[in-house]
Amino acid sequence: MRGRALVAGLAVALLAACGGGEDGPSAAGTSSAPAERTLTVFAAASLTATFTQLGTEFEAAHPGVRVRLNFAGSSDLATQIGEGAPADVFASANESTMAKVTGQSLTAGEPVDFATNVLEIATPPGNPAGITGFADLARPGVKVVVCAPQVPCGAATETVEEASGVTLSPVSEEPSVTDVLGKVTSGEADAGLVYVTDVRDAGDAVTGVEFPESSAAVNTYPVAALEDATDAGLAEEFVDFVTGPDGREVLQDAGFGTP
Amino acid sequence: MTARARTVRRGGGAGGSALPRWVLVPAALGLLLFVLPLLGILSRVPWARFAALITSESALTALLLSLRTASVSTVLCVLLGVPMALVLARGHVPGTRVLRSVVLLPLVLPPVVGGLALLWVLGRRGLIGATLSVLGVEVGFTTAAVVLAQTFVSLPFLVLSLEGALLTAGDRYESVAATLGARPGRVLVRITVPLIAPGLLSGAVLAFARALGEFGATITFAGSLQGVTRTLPSAIYLQRETDPDAAAAMSLLLVVVAVVVVVAVRGRRSVL
Repeated sequence: MRGRALVAGLAVALLAACGGGEDGPSAAGTSSAPAERTLTVFAAASLTATFTQLGTEFEAAHPGVRVRLNFAGSSDLATQIGEGAPADVFASANESTMAKVTGQSLTAGEPVDFATNVLEIATPPGNPAGITGFADLARPGVKVVVCAPQVPCGAATETVEEASGVTLSPVSEEPSVTDVLGKVTSGEADAGLVYVTDVRDAGDAVTGVEFPESSAAVNTYPVAALEDATDAGLAEEFVDFVTGPDGREVLQDAGFGTP
Repeated sequence: MTARARTVRRGGGAGGSALPRWVLVPAALGLLLFVLPLLGILSRVPWARFAALITSESALTALLLSLRTASVSTVLCVLLGVPMALVLARGHVPGTRVLRSVVLLPLVLPPVVGGLALLWVLGRRGLIGATLSVLGVEVGFTTAAVVLAQTFVSLPFLVLSLEGALLTAGDRYESVAATLGARPGRVLVRITVPLIAPGLLSGAVLAFARALGEFGATITFAGSLQGVTRTLPSAIYLQRETDPDAAAAMSLLLVVVAVVVVVAVRGRRSVL
Protein backbone atom coordinates (compact mmCIF):
# COMPACT_ATOMS: atom_id res chain seq x y z
CA MET A 1 0.00 0.00 0.00
CA ARG A 2 2.70 2.39 1.05
CA GLY A 3 4.78 1.37 -1.94
CA ARG A 4 1.94 2.07 -4.33
CA ALA A 5 1.33 5.48 -2.78
CA LEU A 6 5.01 6.25 -3.24
CA VAL A 7 4.93 5.25 -6.90
CA ALA A 8 1.83 7.35 -7.46
CA GLY A 9 3.46 10.28 -5.72
CA LEU A 10 6.55 9.94 -7.87
CA ALA A 11 4.45 9.77 -11.02
CA VAL A 12 2.59 12.93 -10.06
CA ALA A 13 5.85 14.68 -9.28
CA LEU A 14 7.29 13.59 -12.62
CA LEU A 15 4.23 14.77 -14.52
CA ALA A 16 4.31 18.07 -12.71
CA ALA A 17 7.99 18.47 -13.53
CA CYS A 18 7.45 17.63 -17.20
CA GLY A 19 4.37 19.83 -17.40
CA GLY A 20 6.28 22.69 -15.83
CA GLY A 21 9.07 22.27 -18.34
CA GLU A 22 6.66 22.47 -21.25
CA ASP A 23 4.68 25.27 -19.73
CA GLY A 24 7.66 27.56 -19.36
CA PRO A 25 8.39 28.37 -23.00
CA SER A 26 4.75 28.25 -24.16
CA ALA A 27 3.67 30.60 -21.39
CA ALA A 28 6.51 32.93 -22.39
CA GLY A 29 5.41 32.54 -25.99
CA THR A 30 1.84 33.62 -25.35
CA SER A 31 2.87 36.56 -23.20
CA SER A 32 5.34 37.74 -25.86
CA ALA A 33 2.55 38.84 -28.18
CA PRO A 34 3.56 40.38 -31.55
CA ALA A 35 5.23 43.47 -30.04
CA GLU A 36 7.27 41.61 -27.40
CA ARG A 37 10.82 40.61 -28.18
CA THR A 38 13.30 38.67 -26.07
CA LEU A 39 17.02 39.32 -26.09
CA THR A 40 19.23 36.60 -24.66
CA VAL A 41 22.56 37.81 -23.30
CA PHE A 42 25.34 35.43 -22.24
CA ALA A 43 27.71 37.32 -19.94
CA ALA A 44 30.75 36.46 -17.83
CA ALA A 45 29.97 35.77 -14.17
CA SER A 46 31.95 38.86 -13.11
CA LEU A 47 29.40 40.99 -14.99
CA THR A 48 26.43 39.72 -12.96
CA ALA A 49 25.71 42.93 -11.05
CA THR A 50 26.46 45.38 -13.86
CA PHE A 51 24.66 43.51 -16.65
CA THR A 52 21.61 42.90 -14.46
CA GLN A 53 21.37 46.65 -14.01
CA LEU A 54 22.09 47.33 -17.70
CA GLY A 55 19.46 44.77 -18.71
CA THR A 56 16.83 46.54 -16.61
CA GLU A 57 17.83 49.93 -18.05
CA PHE A 58 17.75 48.54 -21.59
CA GLU A 59 14.27 47.12 -21.02
CA ALA A 60 13.11 50.50 -19.71
CA ALA A 61 14.48 52.24 -22.81
CA HIS A 62 13.01 49.63 -25.18
CA PRO A 63 9.37 48.90 -24.31
CA GLY A 64 8.31 45.40 -25.27
CA VAL A 65 11.84 44.03 -25.01
CA ARG A 66 12.68 41.43 -22.37
CA VAL A 67 16.35 40.84 -21.61
CA ARG A 68 17.19 37.32 -20.50
CA LEU A 69 20.58 37.07 -18.84
CA ASN A 70 22.70 33.96 -18.47
CA PHE A 71 25.78 34.33 -16.29
CA ALA A 72 28.56 31.74 -16.05
CA GLY A 73 32.30 31.40 -16.51
CA SER A 74 33.30 32.81 -19.90
CA SER A 75 34.68 29.51 -21.19
CA ASP A 76 31.52 27.64 -20.18
CA LEU A 77 29.46 30.20 -22.07
CA ALA A 78 31.75 29.98 -25.10
CA THR A 79 31.34 26.19 -25.06
CA GLN A 80 27.55 26.51 -24.80
CA ILE A 81 27.49 28.96 -27.73
CA GLY A 82 29.69 26.58 -29.71
CA GLU A 83 27.18 23.79 -28.98
CA GLY A 84 24.38 25.90 -30.41
CA ALA A 85 22.86 27.50 -27.29
CA PRO A 86 20.37 30.20 -28.32
CA ALA A 87 22.18 33.44 -27.46
CA ASP A 88 21.99 36.87 -29.07
CA VAL A 89 24.87 38.66 -27.36
CA PHE A 90 28.05 37.37 -25.72
CA ALA A 91 30.12 39.39 -23.25
CA SER A 92 33.36 37.64 -22.30
CA ALA A 93 35.73 38.32 -19.41
CA ASN A 94 38.75 38.07 -21.68
CA GLU A 95 39.77 38.33 -25.29
CA SER A 96 41.03 34.77 -25.73
CA THR A 97 37.63 33.28 -24.85
CA MET A 98 35.92 35.66 -27.27
CA ALA A 99 38.50 34.59 -29.88
CA LYS A 100 37.22 31.00 -29.54
CA VAL A 101 33.74 32.19 -30.53
CA THR A 102 34.91 34.47 -33.34
CA GLY A 103 37.18 31.65 -34.53
CA GLN A 104 34.07 29.55 -35.21
CA SER A 105 32.52 32.51 -37.08
CA LEU A 106 29.73 32.69 -34.52
CA THR A 107 29.85 36.46 -34.00
CA ALA A 108 28.22 39.06 -36.21
CA GLY A 109 30.87 41.70 -36.77
CA GLU A 110 33.95 42.51 -34.70
CA PRO A 111 33.74 42.25 -30.89
CA VAL A 112 34.02 45.60 -29.10
CA ASP A 113 36.14 46.05 -25.96
CA PHE A 114 33.98 47.68 -23.30
CA ALA A 115 35.71 47.27 -19.93
CA THR A 116 38.97 46.37 -18.24
CA ASN A 117 39.72 44.78 -14.91
CA VAL A 118 42.90 44.29 -12.90
CA LEU A 119 43.80 42.06 -9.98
CA GLU A 120 43.61 43.17 -6.38
CA ILE A 121 44.52 41.38 -3.17
CA ALA A 122 41.53 40.43 -1.05
CA THR A 123 42.08 39.71 2.63
CA PRO A 124 39.65 38.81 5.40
CA PRO A 125 38.14 41.94 7.02
CA GLY A 126 40.79 43.93 8.85
CA ASN A 127 43.63 42.20 6.97
CA PRO A 128 44.79 40.07 9.94
CA ALA A 129 47.98 38.92 8.19
CA GLY A 130 49.01 42.53 7.56
CA ILE A 131 49.43 42.26 3.79
CA THR A 132 50.62 45.56 2.30
CA GLY A 133 51.70 44.58 -1.20
CA PHE A 134 52.21 41.79 -3.72
CA ALA A 135 55.61 40.75 -2.30
CA ASP A 136 53.98 40.10 1.10
CA LEU A 137 52.05 37.24 -0.47
CA ALA A 138 55.29 35.27 -0.80
CA ARG A 139 56.06 35.60 2.93
CA PRO A 140 56.37 32.20 4.61
CA GLY A 141 53.31 31.27 6.65
CA VAL A 142 50.94 33.42 4.62
CA LYS A 143 48.15 31.27 3.20
CA VAL A 144 47.49 32.56 -0.29
CA VAL A 145 44.75 31.32 -2.59
CA VAL A 146 44.81 32.06 -6.32
CA CYS A 147 42.94 31.04 -9.45
CA ALA A 148 44.35 28.08 -11.37
CA PRO A 149 46.38 29.08 -14.45
CA GLN A 150 43.71 27.46 -16.66
CA VAL A 151 41.21 30.22 -15.85
CA PRO A 152 41.63 33.91 -16.82
CA CYS A 153 42.25 35.24 -13.30
CA GLY A 154 44.92 32.58 -12.83
CA ALA A 155 46.57 33.48 -16.12
CA ALA A 156 46.63 37.10 -14.97
CA THR A 157 48.17 36.01 -11.67
CA GLU A 158 50.97 34.20 -13.51
CA THR A 159 51.61 37.26 -15.66
CA VAL A 160 51.93 39.46 -12.56
CA GLU A 161 54.26 36.92 -10.93
CA GLU A 162 56.53 36.96 -13.99
CA ALA A 163 56.48 40.74 -14.30
CA SER A 164 57.21 41.33 -10.61
CA GLY A 165 59.66 38.48 -10.10
CA VAL A 166 57.70 37.36 -7.03
CA THR A 167 56.88 33.65 -7.00
CA LEU A 168 53.87 32.58 -4.95
CA SER A 169 53.35 29.22 -3.26
CA PRO A 170 49.57 29.17 -3.00
CA VAL A 171 47.81 26.69 -0.70
CA SER A 172 45.14 26.27 -3.35
CA GLU A 173 44.59 27.01 -7.04
CA GLU A 174 40.84 27.45 -7.34
CA PRO A 175 38.71 26.97 -10.46
CA SER A 176 37.06 30.39 -10.22
CA VAL A 177 37.27 33.84 -8.66
CA THR A 178 34.20 33.03 -6.58
CA ASP A 179 36.00 30.07 -5.02
CA VAL A 180 39.01 32.26 -4.19
CA LEU A 181 36.75 34.87 -2.64
CA GLY A 182 34.95 32.17 -0.65
CA LYS A 183 38.19 31.01 0.92
CA VAL A 184 39.04 34.60 1.86
CA THR A 185 35.65 35.63 3.26
CA SER A 186 35.53 32.46 5.36
CA GLY A 187 38.92 33.40 6.81
CA GLU A 188 40.45 30.10 5.62
CA ALA A 189 43.05 31.98 3.58
CA ASP A 190 45.08 35.04 4.61
CA ALA A 191 44.85 36.52 1.13
CA GLY A 192 43.51 35.80 -2.31
CA LEU A 193 44.03 37.30 -5.74
CA VAL A 194 40.77 38.43 -7.32
CA TYR A 195 39.64 41.35 -9.48
CA VAL A 196 39.16 44.93 -8.31
CA THR A 197 35.45 44.59 -9.12
CA ASP A 198 35.16 41.48 -6.95
CA VAL A 199 36.65 43.30 -3.98
CA ARG A 200 34.22 46.19 -4.47
CA ASP A 201 31.34 43.76 -4.92
CA ALA A 202 32.21 41.86 -1.73
CA GLY A 203 31.83 45.03 0.34
CA ASP A 204 32.64 44.57 4.03
CA ALA A 205 33.27 40.86 3.66
CA VAL A 206 36.85 41.53 2.54
CA THR A 207 39.52 44.18 2.83
CA GLY A 208 41.17 45.03 -0.49
CA VAL A 209 44.84 45.79 -0.99
CA GLU A 210 45.72 47.34 -4.35
CA PHE A 211 49.21 46.81 -5.73
CA PRO A 212 51.02 48.56 -8.61
CA GLU A 213 52.24 45.30 -10.20
CA SER A 214 48.62 44.55 -11.19
CA SER A 215 49.05 46.80 -14.25
CA ALA A 216 51.13 44.02 -15.83
CA ALA A 217 47.94 42.04 -16.46
CA VAL A 218 45.00 44.10 -17.61
CA ASN A 219 42.00 41.99 -18.51
CA THR A 220 39.92 43.32 -21.38
CA TYR A 221 36.22 42.47 -21.73
CA PRO A 222 34.85 42.25 -25.30
CA VAL A 223 31.18 42.08 -26.24
CA ALA A 224 29.69 40.98 -29.56
CA ALA A 225 26.33 40.37 -31.20
CA LEU A 226 26.10 36.75 -32.32
CA GLU A 227 25.64 35.46 -35.84
CA ASP A 228 22.56 33.39 -34.94
CA ALA A 229 20.80 36.20 -33.04
CA THR A 230 17.03 36.00 -33.45
CA ASP A 231 16.91 39.79 -33.85
CA ALA A 232 20.23 41.06 -35.22
CA GLY A 233 19.21 44.72 -34.92
CA LEU A 234 18.23 44.39 -31.26
CA ALA A 235 21.44 42.54 -30.46
CA GLU A 236 23.47 45.35 -32.06
CA GLU A 237 21.49 47.92 -30.07
CA PHE A 238 22.36 46.15 -26.83
CA VAL A 239 26.06 46.08 -27.75
CA ASP A 240 25.89 49.81 -28.51
CA PHE A 241 24.13 50.39 -25.19
CA VAL A 242 26.83 48.53 -23.22
CA THR A 243 29.69 50.29 -25.03
CA GLY A 244 27.91 53.69 -24.92
CA PRO A 245 27.79 56.29 -22.12
CA ASP A 246 25.08 54.49 -20.10
CA GLY A 247 27.04 51.28 -20.04
CA ARG A 248 30.28 53.08 -19.23
CA GLU A 249 28.76 54.77 -16.19
CA VAL A 250 27.38 51.55 -14.70
CA LEU A 251 30.64 49.70 -15.34
CA GLN A 252 32.79 52.45 -13.84
CA ASP A 253 30.65 52.53 -10.73
CA ALA A 254 31.37 48.84 -10.28
CA GLY A 255 35.12 49.41 -10.51
CA PHE A 256 35.75 48.43 -14.13
CA GLY A 257 38.28 50.44 -16.12
CA THR A 258 37.84 51.93 -19.56
CA PRO A 259 39.62 50.15 -22.41
CA MET B 1 21.58 -6.04 -12.30
CA THR B 2 22.33 -9.73 -12.76
CA ALA B 3 20.80 -10.53 -9.42
CA ARG B 4 17.59 -8.82 -10.35
CA ALA B 5 17.45 -10.45 -13.80
CA ARG B 6 17.83 -13.83 -12.18
CA THR B 7 15.02 -13.12 -9.76
CA VAL B 8 12.77 -12.25 -12.66
CA ARG B 9 13.60 -15.48 -14.44
CA ARG B 10 13.18 -17.53 -11.30
CA GLY B 11 9.81 -15.94 -10.68
CA GLY B 12 8.74 -16.61 -14.25
CA GLY B 13 9.96 -20.20 -14.11
CA ALA B 14 7.99 -20.90 -10.99
CA GLY B 15 4.93 -19.77 -12.88
CA GLY B 16 4.14 -17.47 -10.00
CA SER B 17 4.67 -13.73 -10.05
CA ALA B 18 6.22 -12.95 -13.41
CA LEU B 19 6.69 -9.25 -14.07
CA PRO B 20 4.14 -7.53 -16.26
CA ARG B 21 5.76 -6.69 -19.59
CA TRP B 22 5.02 -2.96 -19.42
CA VAL B 23 7.49 -2.65 -16.55
CA LEU B 24 10.23 -3.08 -19.13
CA VAL B 25 9.38 0.19 -20.90
CA PRO B 26 10.03 2.64 -18.02
CA ALA B 27 12.93 0.42 -16.92
CA ALA B 28 14.50 0.73 -20.37
CA LEU B 29 13.90 4.49 -20.38
CA GLY B 30 15.59 4.76 -17.01
CA LEU B 31 18.53 2.78 -18.30
CA LEU B 32 18.78 5.10 -21.31
CA LEU B 33 19.16 8.02 -18.91
CA PHE B 34 22.41 6.40 -17.76
CA VAL B 35 23.61 4.99 -21.06
CA LEU B 36 23.12 8.06 -23.24
CA PRO B 37 25.31 10.41 -21.15
CA LEU B 38 27.97 7.70 -21.14
CA LEU B 39 27.77 7.64 -24.94
CA GLY B 40 28.01 11.43 -24.80
CA ILE B 41 31.33 11.15 -22.94
CA LEU B 42 32.58 8.52 -25.36
CA SER B 43 31.64 10.69 -28.33
CA ARG B 44 33.82 13.53 -27.05
CA VAL B 45 36.92 11.62 -26.00
CA PRO B 46 39.77 12.59 -28.33
CA TRP B 47 40.97 9.04 -28.95
CA ALA B 48 44.15 10.07 -30.78
CA ARG B 49 45.33 11.92 -27.67
CA PHE B 50 43.62 9.61 -25.17
CA ALA B 51 46.70 7.72 -23.95
CA ALA B 52 48.73 10.90 -23.64
CA LEU B 53 45.92 12.70 -21.81
CA ILE B 54 45.23 10.09 -19.16
CA THR B 55 48.92 9.44 -18.52
CA SER B 56 49.73 13.15 -18.20
CA GLU B 57 51.29 14.09 -14.90
CA SER B 58 48.30 16.13 -13.79
CA ALA B 59 45.83 13.31 -14.55
CA LEU B 60 47.92 10.61 -12.88
CA THR B 61 48.64 12.70 -9.79
CA ALA B 62 44.93 13.46 -9.47
CA LEU B 63 43.96 9.81 -10.00
CA LEU B 64 46.42 8.58 -7.36
CA LEU B 65 45.23 11.21 -4.89
CA SER B 66 41.61 10.21 -5.58
CA LEU B 67 42.33 6.51 -5.07
CA ARG B 68 44.27 7.19 -1.86
CA THR B 69 41.72 9.53 -0.32
CA ALA B 70 38.71 7.43 -1.38
CA SER B 71 40.34 4.34 0.17
CA VAL B 72 40.98 6.09 3.47
CA SER B 73 37.43 7.51 3.43
CA THR B 74 36.02 4.04 2.85
CA VAL B 75 37.96 2.66 5.82
CA LEU B 76 36.66 5.54 7.95
CA CYS B 77 33.12 4.87 6.66
CA VAL B 78 33.38 1.22 7.74
CA LEU B 79 34.82 2.07 11.16
CA LEU B 80 32.13 4.67 11.86
CA GLY B 81 29.30 3.33 9.74
CA VAL B 82 29.07 -0.26 11.02
CA PRO B 83 28.42 0.85 14.60
CA MET B 84 25.98 3.48 13.35
CA ALA B 85 24.04 0.90 11.33
CA LEU B 86 24.00 -1.47 14.32
CA VAL B 87 22.61 1.23 16.57
CA LEU B 88 19.98 2.18 14.00
CA ALA B 89 18.87 -1.39 13.30
CA ARG B 90 19.33 -3.07 16.67
CA GLY B 91 20.05 -0.41 19.24
CA HIS B 92 16.45 0.19 20.32
CA VAL B 93 17.54 3.69 21.26
CA PRO B 94 14.86 6.35 21.60
CA GLY B 95 14.74 8.73 18.66
CA THR B 96 15.98 6.22 16.08
CA ARG B 97 13.79 7.91 13.45
CA VAL B 98 15.38 11.26 14.07
CA LEU B 99 18.82 9.65 14.01
CA ARG B 100 18.05 8.08 10.65
CA SER B 101 17.01 11.46 9.23
CA VAL B 102 20.29 12.94 10.44
CA VAL B 103 22.19 10.16 8.68
CA LEU B 104 20.28 10.99 5.49
CA LEU B 105 21.33 14.64 5.70
CA PRO B 106 24.44 14.40 3.49
CA LEU B 107 22.33 12.71 0.80
CA VAL B 108 19.96 15.65 0.49
CA LEU B 109 22.42 18.47 1.15
CA PRO B 110 24.00 19.90 -1.98
CA PRO B 111 27.67 18.84 -1.71
CA VAL B 112 28.74 22.49 -1.85
CA VAL B 113 26.64 23.21 1.22
CA GLY B 114 28.15 20.14 2.86
CA GLY B 115 31.58 21.63 2.19
CA LEU B 116 30.54 25.00 3.59
CA ALA B 117 29.07 23.31 6.66
CA LEU B 118 32.35 21.48 7.25
CA LEU B 119 34.14 24.81 6.84
CA TRP B 120 31.87 26.40 9.45
CA VAL B 121 32.80 23.66 11.88
CA LEU B 122 36.43 22.87 11.10
CA GLY B 123 37.56 26.00 9.27
CA ARG B 124 39.88 28.51 10.92
CA ARG B 125 36.87 30.43 12.19
CA GLY B 126 34.68 27.35 12.63
CA LEU B 127 33.00 26.11 15.79
CA ILE B 128 35.82 23.66 16.50
CA GLY B 129 38.37 24.86 13.97
CA ALA B 130 38.95 28.16 15.77
CA THR B 131 40.19 26.29 18.85
CA LEU B 132 42.18 23.83 16.75
CA SER B 133 43.78 26.76 14.95
CA VAL B 134 45.00 28.20 18.25
CA LEU B 135 46.54 24.79 19.00
CA GLY B 136 48.29 24.93 15.63
CA VAL B 137 46.07 22.43 13.82
CA GLU B 138 44.49 23.66 10.59
CA VAL B 139 42.50 21.25 8.46
CA GLY B 140 41.75 23.51 5.49
CA PHE B 141 43.78 22.98 2.29
CA THR B 142 45.09 19.60 3.49
CA THR B 143 44.55 16.08 2.17
CA ALA B 144 42.84 15.32 5.48
CA ALA B 145 40.17 17.85 4.52
CA VAL B 146 39.58 15.94 1.27
CA VAL B 147 39.14 12.70 3.24
CA LEU B 148 36.73 14.38 5.65
CA ALA B 149 34.64 15.79 2.83
CA GLN B 150 34.52 12.40 1.10
CA THR B 151 33.64 10.58 4.31
CA PHE B 152 30.88 13.09 4.99
CA VAL B 153 29.16 12.42 1.67
CA SER B 154 29.83 8.65 1.51
CA LEU B 155 28.92 7.57 5.03
CA PRO B 156 25.13 7.49 4.46
CA PHE B 157 25.57 5.00 1.61
CA LEU B 158 27.34 2.55 3.87
CA VAL B 159 25.06 3.05 6.86
CA LEU B 160 21.84 2.74 4.86
CA SER B 161 22.80 -0.35 2.88
CA LEU B 162 24.12 -2.00 6.03
CA GLU B 163 21.03 -1.15 8.03
CA GLY B 164 18.97 -2.70 5.23
CA ALA B 165 21.08 -5.86 5.42
CA LEU B 166 20.69 -6.00 9.19
CA LEU B 167 16.92 -5.63 9.04
CA THR B 168 16.65 -8.27 6.31
CA ALA B 169 18.87 -10.72 8.19
CA GLY B 170 16.81 -10.40 11.36
CA ASP B 171 18.22 -11.36 14.76
CA ARG B 172 17.15 -15.01 15.15
CA TYR B 173 20.71 -16.39 15.20
CA GLU B 174 21.83 -13.70 17.58
CA SER B 175 18.97 -14.53 19.96
CA VAL B 176 19.85 -18.22 19.86
CA ALA B 177 23.51 -17.48 20.51
CA ALA B 178 22.57 -15.22 23.39
CA THR B 179 20.35 -17.86 25.00
CA LEU B 180 23.27 -20.28 24.69
CA GLY B 181 25.28 -17.85 26.79
CA ALA B 182 27.38 -15.98 24.26
CA ARG B 183 28.23 -12.46 25.33
CA PRO B 184 27.14 -9.51 23.11
CA GLY B 185 30.68 -8.86 21.83
CA ARG B 186 31.11 -12.48 20.79
CA VAL B 187 27.67 -12.55 19.13
CA LEU B 188 28.54 -9.43 17.16
CA VAL B 189 31.88 -10.74 15.90
CA ARG B 190 30.93 -14.41 15.35
CA ILE B 191 27.34 -14.10 14.14
CA THR B 192 26.25 -10.63 13.09
CA VAL B 193 29.32 -9.50 11.15
CA PRO B 194 29.62 -12.71 9.06
CA LEU B 195 25.87 -12.56 8.36
CA ILE B 196 25.97 -9.04 7.05
CA ALA B 197 29.35 -9.34 5.30
CA PRO B 198 27.83 -9.15 1.80
CA GLY B 199 25.84 -6.05 2.73
CA LEU B 200 28.92 -4.52 4.30
CA LEU B 201 30.93 -5.20 1.17
CA SER B 202 28.39 -3.66 -1.14
CA GLY B 203 27.96 -0.69 1.19
CA ALA B 204 31.70 -0.16 1.26
CA VAL B 205 31.87 -0.31 -2.55
CA LEU B 206 29.07 2.24 -2.82
CA ALA B 207 30.83 4.49 -0.33
CA PHE B 208 34.10 4.17 -2.22
CA ALA B 209 32.45 5.01 -5.53
CA ARG B 210 30.74 8.03 -4.01
CA ALA B 211 34.01 9.20 -2.45
CA LEU B 212 35.79 8.80 -5.78
CA GLY B 213 33.29 11.06 -7.51
CA GLU B 214 33.06 13.64 -4.73
CA PHE B 215 33.65 17.18 -5.92
CA GLY B 216 31.46 19.91 -4.44
CA ALA B 217 32.31 19.47 -0.78
CA THR B 218 35.99 18.94 -1.61
CA ILE B 219 36.40 22.12 -3.65
CA THR B 220 34.55 24.16 -1.02
CA PHE B 221 36.22 22.73 2.05
CA ALA B 222 39.66 21.54 0.93
CA GLY B 223 40.52 23.63 -2.12
CA SER B 224 42.39 22.47 -5.18
CA LEU B 225 46.14 22.03 -5.35
CA GLN B 226 47.90 19.41 -7.44
CA GLY B 227 49.05 16.43 -5.39
CA VAL B 228 47.47 17.74 -2.17
CA THR B 229 43.79 18.41 -2.65
CA ARG B 230 43.15 18.23 -6.40
CA THR B 231 41.29 14.95 -6.85
CA LEU B 232 40.35 13.63 -10.27
CA PRO B 233 36.88 15.30 -10.27
CA SER B 234 38.51 18.64 -9.37
CA ALA B 235 41.08 18.15 -12.12
CA ILE B 236 38.30 17.40 -14.61
CA TYR B 237 36.39 20.51 -13.55
CA LEU B 238 39.50 22.62 -14.12
CA GLN B 239 40.47 20.90 -17.35
CA ARG B 240 37.14 21.70 -18.97
CA GLU B 241 38.06 25.38 -18.81
CA THR B 242 40.73 25.01 -21.44
CA ASP B 243 40.14 21.64 -23.07
CA PRO B 244 36.68 20.06 -22.63
CA ASP B 245 37.73 17.06 -24.75
CA ALA B 246 40.58 16.33 -22.36
CA ALA B 247 38.06 16.59 -19.53
CA ALA B 248 36.00 13.93 -21.32
CA ALA B 249 39.06 11.65 -21.48
CA MET B 250 39.69 12.10 -17.75
CA SER B 251 36.00 11.51 -17.02
CA LEU B 252 36.16 8.24 -18.88
CA LEU B 253 39.20 7.32 -16.80
CA LEU B 254 37.19 8.00 -13.64
CA VAL B 255 34.26 5.91 -14.88
CA VAL B 256 36.55 3.02 -15.84
CA VAL B 257 38.35 3.08 -12.49
CA ALA B 258 35.04 3.08 -10.61
CA VAL B 259 33.69 0.18 -12.68
CA VAL B 260 36.91 -1.81 -12.27
CA VAL B 261 36.82 -1.34 -8.50
CA VAL B 262 33.16 -2.31 -8.24
CA VAL B 263 33.63 -5.42 -10.39
CA ALA B 264 36.86 -6.43 -8.66
CA VAL B 265 35.37 -6.21 -5.18
CA ARG B 266 31.94 -7.58 -5.85
CA GLY B 267 33.04 -9.96 -8.57
CA ARG B 268 30.48 -12.57 -9.44
CA ARG B 269 28.90 -12.44 -6.01
CA SER B 270 25.72 -10.50 -6.46
CA VAL B 271 25.51 -8.82 -3.13
CA LEU B 272 22.98 -6.09 -3.64
